[in-house]
Amino acid sequence: MQIPYTKRTLGNGLEVVVHEDHAVPIVAVNVWYHVGSKNERPGRTGFAHLFEHLMFEGSQHHDRGYFHPLQEAGASLNGSTNADRTNYWEVVPTNAIELALWMESDRMGYLLPALTDAKFNNQREVVLNERRQNYENRPYGFAAMAIVGALYPAEHPYHWLTIGAADDLRAAAIEDVRAFFQTYYHPRNASLALAGDIDTDRALHLAETYFDEIAGGHEPPPVACVETGAIEADTKLLLEDRVELPRLYLAWHTPALFETDDAELDLLADLLANGKTSRLYRALVYDQRLATEVAASQNSRELSSFFQVVATAAPGRTLAEVECVISKELERMAAAGPAVDEVERSLAQAEAYFVYRLQTVGGFGGKSDQLNAYNVFVDDPGYFDRDLGRYRAVNAGSLRAAAATYLARDRRVTLSVVPRGRTALAIPGSMPVAVS
Amino acid sequence: MPADRSRLPALGPEPTFTFPDLGKHTLPNGFLLLLPVGAAADPVDRPGLAAVTGDLLDEGCGDRSAIDVHDVLGRMGAQFDTEVGADATILNMTTLSRAKERGLELLGDMVMRPRFEQKEFDRVRELRLNRLVQLRDMPPSVADRAFAQLIYQGHPYGHLAIGTEGSLRALTLKEVVGFHRRAYSPSRLTLIAVGDASHEALGEMARRVFGDWLPGATESGGEPFDAALAPPPRVPTERLALVHRAGAAQSELRIGHVATSRNTPDYHALLVLNMVLGGQFVSRINLKLREERGYTYGARTSFDFRRGPGPFALQVSVQTEVTVEAVAEALGELRAIRGDRPVLPHELALARAALTRGYPRSFETAEQITRAVAQLALYELPDDYFSQFVARVATVDAEAVTRAAEKYLDPSRILTVIVGDRERLSPSLPRLELGAASEVSMA
Repeated sequence: MQIPYTKRTLGNGLEVVVHEDHAVPIVAVNVWYHVGSKNERPGRTGFAHLFEHLMFEGSQHHDRGYFHPLQEAGASLNGSTNADRTNYWEVVPTNAIELALWMESDRMGYLLPALTDAKFNNQREVVLNERRQNYENRPYGFAAMAIVGALYPAEHPYHWLTIGAADDLRAAAIEDVRAFFQTYYHPRNASLALAGDIDTDRALHLAETYFDEIAGGHEPPPVACVETGAIEADTKLLLEDRVELPRLYLAWHTPALFETDDAELDLLADLLANGKTSRLYRALVYDQRLATEVAASQNSRELSSFFQVVATAAPGRTLAEVECVISKELERMAAAGPAVDEVERSLAQAEAYFVYRLQTVGGFGGKSDQLNAYNVFVDDPGYFDRDLGRYRAVNAGSLRAAAATYLARDRRVTLSVVPRGRTALAIPGSMPVAVS
Repeated sequence: MPADRSRLPALGPEPTFTFPDLGKHTLPNGFLLLLPVGAAADPVDRPGLAAVTGDLLDEGCGDRSAIDVHDVLGRMGAQFDTEVGADATILNMTTLSRAKERGLELLGDMVMRPRFEQKEFDRVRELRLNRLVQLRDMPPSVADRAFAQLIYQGHPYGHLAIGTEGSLRALTLKEVVGFHRRAYSPSRLTLIAVGDASHEALGEMARRVFGDWLPGATESGGEPFDAALAPPPRVPTERLALVHRAGAAQSELRIGHVATSRNTPDYHALLVLNMVLGGQFVSRINLKLREERGYTYGARTSFDFRRGPGPFALQVSVQTEVTVEAVAEALGELRAIRGDRPVLPHELALARAALTRGYPRSFETAEQITRAVAQLALYELPDDYFSQFVARVATVDAEAVTRAAEKYLDPSRILTVIVGDRERLSPSLPRLELGAASEVSMA
């Protein structure tokens, strides 16, 4: 199983990856810039994401909103920023491919002349509202901030969330934007993927036509090299929030994306909490009714990852009760590993997931996005089958070993989020943590 | 040769596209079972019954316990979910091609032979009750509930599918069994199948699984209710309603009223109207409230076309300090498009183009296709609906949009629901001149 592609590097250093899929008359255009919140520094967090917003506000040769001509052509489009990278994409009908490439290349090469204080101030307000909507005005909205704040030391690139601190956003100046663009937004730090109803030669020719004129730029400075910092005890934290039910978050440091055991931990997350047959769902929700929901995830990232288990206690239940069951199950996994049927099920689902991923050319997670991810993170757009290979190589022994090595009780962050004034529901000995 | 940046490049000739002829790319198989019975069919004293019934179908069926069912789904690598909306219950499954027979058999068991065991019912009920508790703190959910309650008083659309605490506590398994018997019958269900097999083969599979299913005797409870037959709801007397949320950083707004049903002859005109008003990023509402004013992360409008008359709503979450300004702007936009500032040629062109040129994007995956076909069944649309879509939208002109706005947006009936901080808002709300804010408690 793979995503067949052709790759070429333009004279200016831009890497171009093309995949043909003529099933539906659409083409996906996807651009990755290898910059994310990990490239920020304390006091200037939230910047990569704010910058992403500005990329939609017009460029030198089209100093108007980015959405308009593309929506008029029948496109869907969006972008996103995370800790490691920023992506921008549009899915257009076949006849609008040149428009999409013109627009993407114009903002890659010519954004700054169109940047104004008014646009900057407006998008800052939009982002502050995004922060309110997704974090401040939402139950458990601050939990993620507390988790990464505790997992990583203050100078570590993953210590803050991509949305950034409200104060930092307010303190940002337009000069920061110019510097950011010049440092990170250029062909040498980007990857362009096209997937869909287009001929490879034509795609490469068009990429060259629209992008090769842009100056390549210089290698950006490396990310601050800061030790992840081992967690050496069960680090218990407390947040009070406007919530009805207490919720427990457990987090551990784990190997980085694509490193050894990353696939194991991904499947462990499934095994432990994905669906009704999973260990924790059965123990917590199905059998003992201690929790209303439980989830687990291996959050794979470029520098290092973290594994997380989240469970919401049922009314009248404490987080200590919930924690006890989770820890027992993890210890059981670390000692005896998974059963044969658990492994079979996880592998079947992982395999199927790779097939389902081939259904779409564009958007988040579509084939063009996947090609860019492989290209940027492992310098190989053809990594798909080796990625699948990592999962096929997983077995009961490697799953047991990964649980034993990485998910120990005394090397984790334990966050209790409880209704205001109900600190008795938290894990005993939890220290209040301040996030805003 | 470098690109010409003096102007945007022209679009090439439009590609042809016919639905559902899509070529053999979809490796996965999609099944969708549609039952046109949803929350609107809940008995008046049992909101939530349809949803609980739908939720229990996979909690043990045929020979298999709840855990076994999900074990099988997991081993097949299938994706499965059930959703219960106002008008319908939908079971959706995507499987790899080699697992399609097993997948369909399992679906058959779910609808024909659910086990409805007491302990599963107890657990599902408890989970839903806990969910209701959590929804109290989620402003979008609180806003949706208050809005539906107020504009659909005494009408089957006046409650959300999850139901209410009182109803769920009182509900018995026997009622679920009865509801299933009344509602789930072969004549009422539609199976939609998409994938890597011939029509004949898929038809044969369906016959094997469902062919022997006899319609059950309907209980004296009668036919499940169709919201299309309900008398129209009472128009609320208040224009402004507030649900208090102390210290809220943002106000969650729902602004609108009851609109029309899916079989309206003005359907395509309303789609275009909605695109112009708030149906995509480049729309009056979003550009004004987000891009011009910076009040919000995003604002949109929608007409929810149902079997009965569904709601029109403007949805947005705004910084608390600018709530009154945002409401005033929103109401202004809803009024202006009806007359003072009717749709302009470039807006019309953009809306129509977005709808027609973007059309093929909706048909990439097995699930997208099954959902699209489900619309035909649920709303009794003609088989050529999809192939006619582009042509119908293309004929909507500015007059049609303005007429639709005049007919279907009614300022005298608009209700504004605010979920926000009463203390910070009440001094300025009178500026809206919408009368006293009716305070709604969502306990």
